[in-house]
Amino acid sequence: MEEEKKKQTVIPIGPYHPLQEEPEFFKLFVNGEKVEKLDIEIGYNHRGIEKISESKHFDQVAFTVERICGICSTSHPFAYVNAVEDLAGIEVTDRTKYIRSIVGELERLHSHLLWLGLAGHFIGYNTVWMWVWKAREPLLDVMEYITGNRQHYSMFKIGGVRLDILNEDIPRMEKMLDGLLPYIDLFKGAVMDDPVIQARAKGICPLTKKEAIDFCAVGPLARASGVDIDIRRDNPYAAYGMVDWKVITAVNGDIFDKIVVRVLEMYESVKIIRGCLNGLKKEPEGNFDLKIKNIPAGEGIGRHEAPRGEVFHFVRSDGSNRPVRHKIRAPSYVNVPTNEITAIKGTISDAAITLGAVDPCYCCTERCVVIDKNTNKKILGGSDLIKLSQEKTRELKKKMGITE
Amino acid sequence: MESIIEKAREKLGNKVKNYFKKNEKRHYLEINPHDIIECTKIMFNGLESRFITATGVHLRTGFEIMYHFSYDKTGEVITLRVYLNEKDKPEIDSITPLIRGAEWIEREIWEMLGINFKNHPNMKRLLLAEDWPEGKYPLRQTEK
Amino acid sequence: MKKIVIKALTKSIWVYHAACSPCNNCDIEILDLLTPRHDVERFGISLVGSIKHADAMLVTGVPNMKTAPRIKEVYEQMPKPGVVIAIGSCACGGNMFRDSYNFVKPLDEIIPVDAYVPGCPPKPEAMIMGVVKLIKKLKGL
Repeated sequence: MEEEKKKQTVIPIGPYHPLQEEPEFFKLFVNGEKVEKLDIEIGYNHRGIEKISESKHFDQVAFTVERICGICSTSHPFAYVNAVEDLAGIEVTDRTKYIRSIVGELERLHSHLLWLGLAGHFIGYNTVWMWVWKAREPLLDVMEYITGNRQHYSMFKIGGVRLDILNEDIPRMEKMLDGLLPYIDLFKGAVMDDPVIQARAKGICPLTKKEAIDFCAVGPLARASGVDIDIRRDNPYAAYGMVDWKVITAVNGDIFDKIVVRVLEMYESVKIIRGCLNGLKKEPEGNFDLKIKNIPAGEGIGRHEAPRGEVFHFVRSDGSNRPVRHKIRAPSYVNVPTNEITAIKGTISDAAITLGAVDPCYCCTERCVVIDKNTNKKILGGSDLIKLSQEKTRELKKKMGITE
Repeated sequence: MESIIEKAREKLGNKVKNYFKKNEKRHYLEINPHDIIECTKIMFNGLESRFITATGVHLRTGFEIMYHFSYDKTGEVITLRVYLNEKDKPEIDSITPLIRGAEWIEREIWEMLGINFKNHPNMKRLLLAEDWPEGKYPLRQTEK
Repeated sequence: MKKIVIKALTKSIWVYHAACSPCNNCDIEILDLLTPRHDVERFGISLVGSIKHADAMLVTGVPNMKTAPRIKEVYEQMPKPGVVIAIGSCACGGNMFRDSYNFVKPLDEIIPVDAYVPGCPPKPEAMIMGVVKLIKKLKGL
């Protein structure tokens, strides 16, 4: 046993690694190629927003929570305004509801595209990355057009939204959606038909339904494992109860299913946006803000289905102009721990895509080192983990007789 | 879909000290700290609701922990509220042995508020730096 | 600096991107620079995986207790001469996280910063402009 322990190799991934939305630190304990244990260490991104939020007044908090995450930067204000409106018992106008849903869904589209591109990058398809991100640009243009910013839209406020979407802008958005659909078809085809992607993703590191429930996983991750939850349908808010769409689920919970769920969800998002735009045409312009002044004492819970799953906000007010306690739970908080059991079902070369499949997104650049415990010498460094993953794809291609 | 709250109240029985209904979808139940394991069992295993997260609050009289459970079939959120009337060394049983998804949040509450979770399998720092001073808890109201 | 060094430094800049507890927005905008819309690889700017290959270091986010010592370590490993560019308001001065208990000190008090690109997040065009201004400054134009 002693002998065994000495031989075990530890691969630290992070704190700087492109897989991760937040600089997190994964320690892979490996034996040969096989991953045996995974240890997760977080906190590299801890900025104490819950505490900062207690020192801002209610209107400012909407901006504060936006800066939690840049990729799902609407989902936090969305959940926050839901929480405060639940606290104060505010019912917003229909026009507000439509605009909120439109912004939320546009963000889902952009986030899923971003993830898909980077997932392609991990398994060695840089073409996918470039194509997907190219398709994402018109989306950001529309975002900039209707909200004034490419990211951090600052659209949400308690009792309404900050800017109206004018009826004359609607054709422009519809045109963008028309242009986006062929791209999504293309990506769907690329994922469904490509034998190499199937070989790299099917049956790899599955998360079973029971494990998903045990870890309280949410979002596309849980839906890929067959857990049929979606806050937009279960507890309808904004305009999600007013338009026609359906929840996408899969059964296996492997990486392929996680990709499929996200790709198919993009169609639903487009459907929701179209429904909302149609609804928006019938509503009178300008009726988008209730101008809420005071927040009474009480407690409120707000939830929103972000691209990565359920965002949960709890706000307690004592009747002053600041929240006394503001609790935030982001979806990755429950999704990332699932890596502890999924990664050990695969090899090191699968680790990159497995850790990425949770969609913790990535922003940072690669910094991963393999350290042999005996000699403490670095074996692999830099972007070698991604290279390893890409090499595996190349070998598979060779075996299948596909030339590059 | 029938509301889950009546069933929950019936199953929890006299463990519920106080019931507050915010609206159709939000319910708050106050329970005793020593009942938390059994109540969690009923909520998680019996009623098959999903554990969302827990919120720890520092009060003048001690601490308060809220365990939020979501029943996704009807979209209700049931919150189990626990008051710990202990100012310096609050303690409560850990629910991580029952729910794996509660591991991180209990570690977070421990380091942010200093509430000790008994029988937690992996109690170590989650968010703060390794050299963070002992006995300083950022979310306690005494800290600036 | 010697003329040849400046020439070597300002041509085909290889950048290393270090996220220092950001919100990811600046980070995805940096990646966005590489994709077809902006495509800075035209100018030889390329993202590299190791700081040891890099001419420039892009830093995003506020330094917190855990990342501050690490960002310093990363900077010390960079081959000199090299430049550091702070991307986004957080890296430039702390933004609203200045009052946080986990905030250490502004980035430019930890490592020397050559250029600041403010904005939350700065647009990709602004980042390109920041690099252009830095090159001009290095060349003494």
